[in-house]
Amino acid sequence: MSGKIDRRGFLKRGLAITSAALLGGCEGLSDQPWVKRVLDSAENLTRFSQRTLVSSSALAREYAEDEISPKFRANGSTNPDDSAYQAHVANGFADWTLTLGGLVEQPLALSLADLRKMPSRTQVTRHDCVEGWSCIGKWKGVPLKALLEEARLKPEARYIVFYCADDLGETGTEAGKYYESIGMIDAVHPQTILAYEMNGETLPVAHGAPLRLRVERQLGYKMAKYVMAIEAVAGLADLRGGRGGFWEDRGYEWYAGI
Amino acid sequence: MSTQRDIIYRHAGTVRLTHWINALVLLVLLMSGLQIFNAHPALYFGAKSDFDDPVLSMQAVQEGDKIVGTTTVFGRTFDTTGVLGAGSAERGSEDRGFPWWATLPGHRDLAMGRRWHFFFAWLFVINGLAYLFYSFISGHLRRDLTPTRSELKHVPASIAEHARLKFPKGDEAKRYNVLQKLSYLVVVLVLLPLMLLTGLGMSPGMDAGYPLLLDIFGGRQSARTIHFLAASGIVIFVAVHIFMVLISGVFNNLRSMITGRYVIEPTETKP
Repeated sequence: MSGKIDRRGFLKRGLAITSAALLGGCEGLSDQPWVKRVLDSAENLTRFSQRTLVSSSALAREYAEDEISPKFRANGSTNPDDSAYQAHVANGFADWTLTLGGLVEQPLALSLADLRKMPSRTQVTRHDCVEGWSCIGKWKGVPLKALLEEARLKPEARYIVFYCADDLGETGTEAGKYYESIGMIDAVHPQTILAYEMNGETLPVAHGAPLRLRVERQLGYKMAKYVMAIEAVAGLADLRGGRGGFWEDRGYEWYAGI
Repeated sequence: MSTQRDIIYRHAGTVRLTHWINALVLLVLLMSGLQIFNAHPALYFGAKSDFDDPVLSMQAVQEGDKIVGTTTVFGRTFDTTGVLGAGSAERGSEDRGFPWWATLPGHRDLAMGRRWHFFFAWLFVINGLAYLFYSFISGHLRRDLTPTRSELKHVPASIAEHARLKFPKGDEAKRYNVLQKLSYLVVVLVLLPLMLLTGLGMSPGMDAGYPLLLDIFGGRQSARTIHFLAASGIVIFVAVHIFMVLISGVFNNLRSMITGRYVIEPTETKP
C-alpha cells in the first residue's frame, strides 16, 4: 500500500517538474549557446539529406503564365535609402556596373547592357518566403553559371557571395548591408539566374533593381536583391557575421531548402 | 472470466519509450510550429498565397485606443482578443497570431522557432520510424491495433459506452476497445505521417526533387494548410486521449505506460 502511495508521489512530482520545465525552461533554453549549437546540428543533417535525396540538377517547378501572382509581395528592403543607389535609380542604372571578383582568373565589370546581351533564361517560379507565404512570378536574367564560366573560377573557390546596396540592418555602415552566399551546387544550377526582368518588365526597385539573384530551390531570403558585387570565396567565416548572409548572421539557416 | 485482481504486462518497452519521446517531441513541434505560423498568421489553398482571400487569417486591429484581435475563417470574422490575433495585455498585445504562452520561444523569434522545429522534426522522424518498424515486426500493429470484423460491428455500442463513461473490466480491459484501436491507427498511420509529408511539401528543396509532394496536396500553400489542420487534429486527439486517461483510472494508465504493468479489475461478481 505504501509502495503505491510512493509511486503516486513520484508520478505527481514527475509531472510537476516536467510541466514546469516545459513552460519555463524552453524559453530560457533558447538563450543558451550550447542549446543553439545542438539545435543547429539539424541544419547539417537536413542539408546532407536533401543533397542526397534530391539530384543537384533537379529543377524547381515552373508554372504557367496564368498562375503568376497579381500581387507579388516585396519583403525586406523595398527602396534602399542610399544616395549612390538612388543616383543609379535616377538615371536608370545607365552607368551602374556589376563587379565579379575574388577567387577568379578573370575579374569582370559588366554594365546592365552587357548583362542583357548575354544568353538569358526566363522562368515562372514560386517564391517561398521564410514567413510562410508563396508568390509566383516570371523572371528573366543571366544564368550565374555563364558569368562564372567567363570569369573562370579558381579551384579553391567554394562559395559565391552577393553584396547588396540595401542597409537592411540600418547601421549606416557596411556591416548592416544585405549580403548572401550560395554553394557551388546552386551556383551552377540552370535556374540560378541574376534577374533583370520581372513579369516581362524591367525589375522594379521594390523587387531588387537592377539585379536580383534567383535560387529557386531555397527560401526567399537567399535571393538577394540590389546585387552590386559578386565574389568567389573559399570560406564564409571571415565575412561580416561569419555565417554567410544577413539573415544567417541573425540566426537563420544558411541552407534554406526547408 | 477473471474474477480477481490481475496484473498484466500491457505495453512493451519500445512502445512505452517511443510514446513518451513522441509526447515531448510533439509538444515542442506544436509550440515551435505556432511560432513559425505567427510569422504569417494566414492560410491559403493552392500553390500561392492570395493575400486578399485567405482561408484563415488572424490579425491585430487598432480600434480607438485599444488593439482588438480578430480571426477570419472563410470570410467570417470573429473577435478573438486575448487569445488569437492580439495576445495578452501583459506583453503589450504584441502577438499577431497565437499568444506567447503557446509558442516557442515565447517572444517573437522565427529563427529560433525554426531551429527548434527542424531539430525536433528529426527526432520525430527517427522515433516514429523506430515505433513503426517495431510495430510491424512484433505484430503490435496487427495484434493490438487492428480491429476485427466483429469489433467493427461493435462501434455504435462502443460509442454509447464511451458516452456514458463506462469502461470495460476483466478480460475486455486487457485489449484496446474498438474506438481506441481506430483512433490510434488514424493517428499513427494517417495524421503523424501526414504531418511529415505536408512538412516536406513546404520545402522548396524537396519540392524540386519530388514534385509529387505538390501534386498530392494541391500546391505548397495547400500543404501548409493541411499541415495546420492535421496538427489541429492531433491536438484534439491528445485532448481526448488525456481526458480518457484521467477518467478511466489515471494511475493505472500512467503506470502501465511507464512500467508496463496494468491492473485488471475483476468483473462484477455476486457476493
